[in-house]
Amino acid sequence: MNTLYIQTQGTYLHLDTDNIRVEVEKERKAMIPLHHVESVVVFGNVLLSPFLIHKLAREHKPVTWLTEFGRFMARTETPVSGNVLLRVAQHACACDMAKALSIARFVAAGKLQNQKVTLMRSAREALDNDPELLRQAAKEINAQIGCLPLAETVDEVRGIEGTAARIYWEVFPLMLRQNRDFFWLTERTRRPARDAINATLNFTYTVLANDCASAAQSVGLDPQVGFLHALRPGRSSLALDLMEELRAVTADRAIITLINRSQLTPRDFVLHEGNTVTIKEDARKTILAHLTERKKEEVTHPLTARKTPLGLIPHVQARLLAQHLRGDRAHYPPYLHR
Amino acid sequence: MEEFIMLSALQHFTFCPRQCALIHVEQVWTENAHTARGQQQHERAHGGGTEERGGMRTMRALPLVSRVHGLMGVADVVELLPDGSPRPVEYKSGRAKPRLADEVQLCAQAMCLEEMFACDISAGFIYHSASHKRREVQFTPELRHAVLDARDGIRELLRTRVLPLPAADARCELCSLKDECEPFAPRDFPRGFDPFSTRLEE
Ligand code: SF4
Repeated sequence: MNTLYIQTQGTYLHLDTDNIRVEVEKERKAMIPLHHVESVVVFGNVLLSPFLIHKLAREHKPVTWLTEFGRFMARTETPVSGNVLLRVAQHACACDMAKALSIARFVAAGKLQNQKVTLMRSAREALDNDPELLRQAAKEINAQIGCLPLAETVDEVRGIEGTAARIYWEVFPLMLRQNRDFFWLTERTRRPARDAINATLNFTYTVLANDCASAAQSVGLDPQVGFLHALRPGRSSLALDLMEELRAVTADRAIITLINRSQLTPRDFVLHEGNTVTIKEDARKTILAHLTERKKEEVTHPLTARKTPLGLIPHVQARLLAQHLRGDRAHYPPYLHR
Repeated sequence: MEEFIMLSALQHFTFCPRQCALIHVEQVWTENAHTARGQQQHERAHGGGTEERGGMRTMRALPLVSRVHGLMGVADVVELLPDGSPRPVEYKSGRAKPRLADEVQLCAQAMCLEEMFACDISAGFIYHSASHKRREVQFTPELRHAVLDARDGIRELLRTRVLPLPAADARCELCSLKDECEPFAPRDFPRGFDPFSTRLEE
């Protein structure tokens, strides 16, 4: 559950007995006991000694390499048990229209429910006319949830999800209460980000997607073979599927909180010529630190009824999905945040 | 020819068929403290080689096979008595398991040894490292039956590859695979769990 994020350029990580020794310019910055670390994510020019990589691989702790700005580059394939029967079942379900549809519907349902919860929660804290508008959006998303059981193809599910997304992003800025004119979201865009909110969303989603891909890999699933997301070379469709249920309640909520507490302000961004935006290194640190804190927060999982750290939810969901794919569970139960 | 069944699988199957399927079919494995301790213990016992003390020879990490019964595995420790007859000793780190799981594994080792050494073995020992005590296990006809029943059960499991339902009883508290198994989570949606719910909570 504890991911070690390293983003200071030029950092060198190596194995020192059972610790990860963190050095910057030959100076020791930290010693982190290996047993505290579940996975390692490094940004840009960060070196890991081969012995550290081997040790992490042996303990099934994946290492992920991202570019300095958080784009996925590579991940270790550890000698996990890797269940070939599970992989075969996953691929078979992806080709079986009825099964893929059922999973896609539940994944989308989880996403929409959690968008609704996020809007309603913000409605309680918002001012002026905003609560009414946020509640209205939640009601409209409800209508889309009502359509999900009727969807007959995965494409229809994607259409419903798209409609809900438009409703959600339209009111998203109303959940922000500080520096509103700066953090105004006109349109949700992928890379390159044209405004601060999109830059922040992209960065946070990459981190979350990576957690989900690692979770999929660690239960033996193929992160690339998804159900709601179309299969596309180079895309971790399953990781994106697993992430859908968590986007609003973890990533979006984190950004809303950081902006509303003024921990992210206009000063944290660099506006480039030609309308692109990047996040300054310190701000990225702030975001990662906040996400790490949130991961420790315990939630009651609606299916297992167990108290579970938020950071473990991708693993729990990946496992529940694996159980469904192998026939051990009739339906895939999405994570519904309360 | 039928596949050989691993001796360790017999122990897992007798303890809980689902645990056996999780390990041998689903290949789920958790290295929690419990199994880690067991592993260390095994590594020591599995150093291999033979030692002699007071006329008794101790063989470690002896490969075992029974063609008649279709079993194979490795014995922690086999003691050779002065008369040349072998006697299996199984090392266990945890408490004694319910359902004769350890006894079945030990008896299966004896059945292999009987075939390999062309002899009869009436009893063996289970050594509990927590208490430093060994206890004797008699290889009764019932226990031998239980070995073959477990073997057949595992063959069926490997053929159908269907995960048995959870035991969801006291065994689960002793089980290292509890997290992966989710024995007490509902198998399908419980009451009140509705992903398509359109309730709006204020
Ligand atoms: S948790 Fe219980 S049901 Fe699951 S494998 Fe272990 S003993 Fe069997």
